[in-house]
Amino acid sequence: MKELIKKLIETPGPSGSEHVIREVIRKEVEGLADEVRVDALGNLIVRKGTKAEGGMRVMISAHIDEIGVMVTHVDENGFARFIAIGGVAPHTCLGGRVWFMNGARGVIGVEKIESMDKIPGLESFYIDTGATSRENCPVKVGDVGGFERPMLDLGARLVGKSMDDRVAAAVLVESLRQLKETPNEVYYVFSVQEEVGLRGATTAAFGVAPEVGFAVDVTRTGDTPKGAKMEVSLGKGAAVKVRDSSFIADPRVVNWMVNTAEANGIPYQMEVLERGGTDGYAIQIARAGAPAGCVSVPCRYIHSPSEMVDYQDVLNVVKLVTALVANPIKL
Amino acid sequence: MNTNATPTPAPVIGAEQLELLEKLCNACAVSGDEGEVRAIITEQLKDAADEMRTDALGNLLVTKRGKGENRVRVMIAAHMDEVGFMIMEDNEGGIFRFDTVGGLDVRQLVGKPVLVGKEHLPGVIGAKPIHFCKREELEQTIPLETLKIDVGPDNAGKVKVGDRATFATRFTRIGPSLRAKALDNRFGVATLIELVKHAPDNVDLLAAFTVQEEVGLRGARVSGFSLDPDLAIAVDSTPANDLPAWDDSENISYNTRLGFGPAIYVMDSSTIADPRLVKFLAATAEANGIPYQFRQPGGGGTDAGAIHRQRAGIPSISVSVPGRYAHSAAGLARIEDWENTLRLLQAALSQLTPAVLQR
Repeated sequence: MKELIKKLIETPGPSGSEHVIREVIRKEVEGLADEVRVDALGNLIVRKGTKAEGGMRVMISAHIDEIGVMVTHVDENGFARFIAIGGVAPHTCLGGRVWFMNGARGVIGVEKIESMDKIPGLESFYIDTGATSRENCPVKVGDVGGFERPMLDLGARLVGKSMDDRVAAAVLVESLRQLKETPNEVYYVFSVQEEVGLRGATTAAFGVAPEVGFAVDVTRTGDTPKGAKMEVSLGKGAAVKVRDSSFIADPRVVNWMVNTAEANGIPYQMEVLERGGTDGYAIQIARAGAPAGCVSVPCRYIHSPSEMVDYQDVLNVVKLVTALVANPIKL
Repeated sequence: MNTNATPTPAPVIGAEQLELLEKLCNACAVSGDEGEVRAIITEQLKDAADEMRTDALGNLLVTKRGKGENRVRVMIAAHMDEVGFMIMEDNEGGIFRFDTVGGLDVRQLVGKPVLVGKEHLPGVIGAKPIHFCKREELEQTIPLETLKIDVGPDNAGKVKVGDRATFATRFTRIGPSLRAKALDNRFGVATLIELVKHAPDNVDLLAAFTVQEEVGLRGARVSGFSLDPDLAIAVDSTPANDLPAWDDSENISYNTRLGFGPAIYVMDSSTIADPRLVKFLAATAEANGIPYQFRQPGGGGTDAGAIHRQRAGIPSISVSVPGRYAHSAAGLARIEDWENTLRLLQAALSQLTPAVLQR
């Protein structure tokens, strides 16, 4: 599965520009599914199974967009100013490399830093593509780029950009491979535009109209030196979300996840995330509402170019996701 | 290419269109009270429309059907409302405390003439004169709570709490430019009226004149849900912040520039424009020799922000006429930018086929 994760995280695709990553995933899932379609906003919707006696229509959502940049201005010397697509923190940018959807590449520089005590805002940063003038700059206003960083395999741990949320996309692909029989109609949704406000999952959930659903996403951890306090740690298993700042997971869904993990001997941990939201919220409030939750992959250094996950955690999330939909669901 | 379609004459900006824009800009339609503008549009389109209805929130939804097969159902939204004021409290003698509706800069309000209520009663936003201000007071912003609308005693009885007020600025043409209040978004309204009148046959044009955009895209949300189009375009007016920087450095945050043509959106806080539509509009402009600019990606939002999230998703984009000094007593814009916006949208509509949305 490491190869799949590597392939997915290294493919560029910031919010709104998911066409390349979508095709990469489509190739992985065709042949594993009963139906594959792309909706109006670009969500890749993959169905496995048909509703049998006792089955439900389930939506599982992993977002395939990533944070990135968009060019706002190219100055007369060819330096490109930019804004963030999604939550890009300025302190993660300096020296970073950008890979534009049109193939151009560049490095991020910053204006003179007046005080080492204060991180300048993104408006002080620019992308240097090696151009010398506006005319020979390979990017223009509106062009989109992702951060460039190859995956690092540390054995038990994997590091790379956009583990958020490509690692979950890999989980869904792997689950599709492992799910042989199901009484449920399972919609694996590879959603777009999550980082800018759960926009893809909102319309996908309307289209799928699930009876129950959950997101698969990364979550923060509290296991780093002097980090924010949080119960979740790398290596302690799949995280079952109880709450984040976007929604409160349906208690029946939480119980379903906990019971399934215990029945199958899958290591799990409970998660309360104080800051952050997931597609689970979009599933919960679509149409007349649906019971919704989220299974998380614990991840350090989220929204930096080096997000870290534990490989066993990833495998356990695959097991849990698959076990959740393999049997009749009783909430 | 639809070769059977009868060519529709392209709309132009002449005396008639300018007169209509004048009427629209001078009308008062603060968010939630858009009736005056809706009445003007209804009068303009009653003959051209196939269907016209006002929905539960007050959106005016106008359908103009095309002919032939494979017609694209395209929604174009233009918000009717404008930023302004609401009367909050009667302080007697024709003096009223008020609140702002929509995004207004309180620093810009003092001394501005206003029109209050359905009768457009004249008034002024008053504050303590300089004679009586202490030095420290002069260096501070005047808090909104201490500003008053003064209509004088004669009309005091005609003003009620809850009445809206707008800036009193009258529409003025200055050579190639226009100066008016509410160019955001009467430009869009006037553009959409022309598009309905000249709608080409290859599309079903679903025109939504929306309410309450300035307070959170509320009208667009429900109109997008009910119209459920194949794609949507919001036509609006966006600020041009194109004055030279004070220190002679390159202005890198102009948003848009006057004279550079319609502003095509790529991204704002509410929407990432559908890349297929960005490409289509830019290509249409280029093929027809129409100048255009990309609005600098950044903050702000348009009706597209609400529309694209409705139902199972609606591919959406925005196009705006650039205008200086938006959300103030007087904006300033160029007639040519408006005309080019209209030309671009007309060309885009007439060249729109289902193939545009192919992935």
